Amino acid sequence: MFWKKIADFTRGVVGAARQGDSRPGYNRSDKGILVFHHTSEVIKAETLLREAGLDVSVKGPPPDLRTGCDLVIEFFLVAQLKIAVLLDNARITPLKVLPLQNLLLEPVSLFHVKDFGDYLMVRAANMKMTIDKTDLRIVNISGGGCPDVPYLADSLVGKTLHEAPPPRSLGHTLCGYALQLAYEELLRKCPG
Amino acid sequence: MSWLIVGTVPREDFPLYEGSCRLENDHLHFEERAVAIARGTPALLAAACIAAEALEIEFPRVLLAGDIGRGTGSTLIYRHLAEKIHILSPELLVYHYLQPDVDWHNRVHLSTEGLECKPLLVADAGYMYVAKMSGFASCYDLFTPDAGELAFLADETAPHPFYTRGFILQEEDRVPELIQRAYEHEDASRFLLVKGSCDVIASRAGILERVGEPCVESMEPIGGTGDSLTGIVAALIAAQYPIPQACSLAARINRIMGLLAKPTPASSIEALLHTLPQAMKAVLSPTAGDNG
Repeated sequence: MFWKKIADFTRGVVGAARQGDSRPGYNRSDKGILVFHHTSEVIKAETLLREAGLDVSVKGPPPDLRTGCDLVIEFFLVAQLKIAVLLDNARITPLKVLPLQNLLLEPVSLFHVKDFGDYLMVRAANMKMTIDKTDLRIVNISGGGCPDVPYLADSLVGKTLHEAPPPRSLGHTLCGYALQLAYEELLRKCPG
Repeated sequence: MSWLIVGTVPREDFPLYEGSCRLENDHLHFEERAVAIARGTPALLAAACIAAEALEIEFPRVLLAGDIGRGTGSTLIYRHLAEKIHILSPELLVYHYLQPDVDWHNRVHLSTEGLECKPLLVADAGYMYVAKMSGFASCYDLFTPDAGELAFLADETAPHPFYTRGFILQEEDRVPELIQRAYEHEDASRFLLVKGSCDVIASRAGILERVGEPCVESMEPIGGTGDSLTGIVAALIAAQYPIPQACSLAARINRIMGLLAKPTPASSIEALLHTLPQAMKAVLSPTAGDNG
């Protein structure tokens, strides 16, 4: 049963890649994407695969896969068997496994930093996190539009950067993911 | 004008609720349930209630559900709206923190389009994202983005602010260019209220007004100050102010609220809202001598 799952997983990628080869303008790629039902599964899977030392990254899905608040995981096809085993052991099942066709969107990578004297604010995409520079306490979270933002703010405000759980461990959406980026940037700037 | 505010509460145990709300002791009350203001839709509602009281209009009706980002409460709301909008039939509909879902958005949109009297539509936060992604942005009357969200509206390929392309710089001095770009691709509502260090009110015709004073820099990091602005502008529209004038007044009221509260970047929206009644009075009845 387990090996059948892996064989199906592999066939899914290879089959799709073969179909893709015949398309005009198709660019051969050594990467594929994992599509999940929910963004929170993407976040869990990314954590798991990164912890296992795999080179994966989170991207925006191609247009025909978008539903509104989406992420997919980009991976090297060469690692597909290892990924299948890791995800299966963790009981995380991707909805689809597809070859990359150069249609993915890049998440934002620019940070905006504003210094308020005693406080430092970092914005990543639409999310802002502000800390008190003296004790690294998170004093405010603003921006965003997905429903986990107020929940994340309730959970993180008042804690220091080092005692607060990473936003990705509580968030479920792209706004939660953007907040994670702001949090990581603050950790880089204020390692404590 | 009858008005309905639609959004989510950051709690898993909050059921689908449609009805009235009242503000008491820094908490919103929905019949027997009480919710802290904190930020998000509760902050918008608190500002809307305070503004409604000052304007002597009916408090808004609300449609809420608990959602911490899994989308379950949002789906309940979408379904309720798609099935019941003809019964609710508000004259002003304000959408806020909902999980973006294009399919559900389009079902709600179709139901709304089928109404005999189409309501005025205001969208902020997640619902603004999905309204843009659906391609129906121009059917809305007002969006209230910040600079980062305006860049998202200006990027015709971005399905969420997280994917706004890097060359579309999210700098406030590029706001006029981003507004123009958003309208060129039909990704903006009839009017825009762009929140920032200088608030900008715009339409397809261009920038209508800039409101930059008083400037309270420490408001930017405070979660909920954008929500309060949307709540105030919604109340002014419900009080029959034309949308551009409502935007202009709301921007000034929100700024004076901040000025009076003397906040730091660590302040809460709850603390700022205590000065909202005074700010409303200062802007709407300046002859009273209370000009903040």
